Amino acid sequence: MIDTARQPRRLFRARDHRVVAGVASGLARHLRVSPLAVRAAFVILLGFNGLGLMLYAGFWAVLPYERVTGEPRRRDVAQLVPFIAIGVGLILLQVLVLGENAGVTGTAGWLVAIVAVGAGIIWHESTPERRRQWTEALPRFPWLGTFLEESDRRLFLFRFIGGGLLVAVGVIGMVAVYVPAENSEAVVNGMLFAGLGLAGVAVVAAPVLWRTMSLLRAEREGRIRETERAELAAMVHDQVLHTLALIQRNADDVKAVQRLARGQERSLRNWLYKPTASPTERFAAALEEAAAEVEDTYAIAVEVVVVGDRETDERVAALVMAAREALVNAARHAGVATVSLYAEVEEDQLSVFVRDRGAGFDMESVEENRHGVRGSILGRMSRHGGRAEIRSELGDGTEVRLFLPMDRDVVTSGRER
Amino acid sequence: MSLRVFLVDDHAMFRAGVRAELGAHVDVVGEASTVAEAVSRIAATTPDVVLLDVHMPDGGGRAVLEAMRKSHPQVRFLALSVSDAAEDVIGLIRAGARGYVTKTISPDELAAAIRRVAEGDAVFSPRLAGFVLDAFAARPDAPVADPELDQLTNREREVLRLLARGYAYKEIAKELFISIKTVETHVSNVLRKLQMSNRYELSRWAADRRLV
Repeated sequence: MIDTARQPRRLFRARDHRVVAGVASGLARHLRVSPLAVRAAFVILLGFNGLGLMLYAGFWAVLPYERVTGEPRRRDVAQLVPFIAIGVGLILLQVLVLGENAGVTGTAGWLVAIVAVGAGIIWHESTPERRRQWTEALPRFPWLGTFLEESDRRLFLFRFIGGGLLVAVGVIGMVAVYVPAENSEAVVNGMLFAGLGLAGVAVVAAPVLWRTMSLLRAEREGRIRETERAELAAMVHDQVLHTLALIQRNADDVKAVQRLARGQERSLRNWLYKPTASPTERFAAALEEAAAEVEDTYAIAVEVVVVGDRETDERVAALVMAAREALVNAARHAGVATVSLYAEVEEDQLSVFVRDRGAGFDMESVEENRHGVRGSILGRMSRHGGRAEIRSELGDGTEVRLFLPMDRDVVTSGRER
Repeated sequence: MSLRVFLVDDHAMFRAGVRAELGAHVDVVGEASTVAEAVSRIAATTPDVVLLDVHMPDGGGRAVLEAMRKSHPQVRFLALSVSDAAEDVIGLIRAGARGYVTKTISPDELAAAIRRVAEGDAVFSPRLAGFVLDAFAARPDAPVADPELDQLTNREREVLRLLARGYAYKEIAKELFISIKTVETHVSNVLRKLQMSNRYELSRWAADRRLV
């Protein structure tokens, strides 16, 4: 779910809904607009000295076909007719309105378009992928496929020459159009030709570069996946397999097995689900680390629930230490298997609750020289401007409540991380 | 009359274990290991409670819930998973599960949870309560939408806080000076709001955490 969301949208030529080569519908899908709009744009651009045709040829040459499983749909030839009609109409209109002058530049534009198409054909036919698609697209004519396969070299040459011819005709035509002009425009025209020549070279060279880049990118993606897999394998080997081996060896020692299994479960969970946060920076991470330490040291389970999160500072660290002390007390004295730890980040205060359902104790009977509760919990909280309440009933468990007032402006919630 | 329970899990070992542990408390009427099998056999046996694994091939517990919810509204679902990741928990509850427990639960607690679900109550683990509190947490920058529908009442939030602190229903009742029945009503209301009316908040929350 997350993977697909993060995958960048790649631009492909569409296989279905195509009219000619799938450029327009591919673009439309990429831009999330109607294919009709894109087609109309191409047709209208045709009026500008054949720009639409050039663009189409360029996209056609550069874009890879979308990889689709299943039978590719037929192209919808009927749709082609209105577009052709509109295109011809536009060109006629241009010639009529702009008259004589448009004739020259218009011809040049069309010649450039022919060059572009020729280059496109050359590039297209030079990839084996393309030939394979041809045979795929004609499932009912296998003999045609074999014909294409067998004579692919000849066909390739034929198409190459055809494309080359188109390019040559275009260039010769342009020279023929512009050579008679023997004024200052000739210089400009010369430069224009140089530019066109360069553009031709670019059109010819770009697909190679583009395809190489695509290949490189695909390879890099593969490498990243491989690295992730290797990391996972290493983690499973280092932690899970070793823990399982230890568990087998200590099968008789229930406590040890539980401790190992719990530690392993926690680290796997963290690895799978938790965003990584440093315990020295975030309140929730610090609490979870403290709980994990207590779990490992005293072989009990701590059920941690933290609502919200914020940065730590000295006072927050003190709160975490007090909570840790409360957990240790519960682990040592309550005689239970599970302790729950709940912390909430509110706008104006942090609160932490540590609760067990164990033996409980009487505050009055705790001796003066025991520093755990008085020093580490009550004293520490009051030193940092907070307060602690301890509720305990014999036989009914203990709850330690810690509160630390906060300034409004420094509180951040977890989602703003 | 003992409760009729159906097990859905793709691991045969786990089903066998649950069956062995629960045998004394409930009547296990069937098992399924795939989504398709679960859908057809639950329809055939109409159990009281379905114990539903979250992660299975072909869409997991969510697919089963979505297939069954319309046609068999009287069957209640309790999700049982190794995962306590927020997206799994919230996703299953939103799809219509009446409770969510993790596979580390003890057999007695599981039996109690099944009974509560069968009686129409919601089963909230402290962790689940924490997620819900997180989702509904008051934010100063949040726009005030429809306060009646989109927010939990103070009382409901209080109940959730105590749940998250590890209190049992009867302890919550004692703490807040209300009856257990009232606590159960509050919890059910939270579940209802979570499923039905808080699309905006929850989708925002999920989007913020890149869960969707």
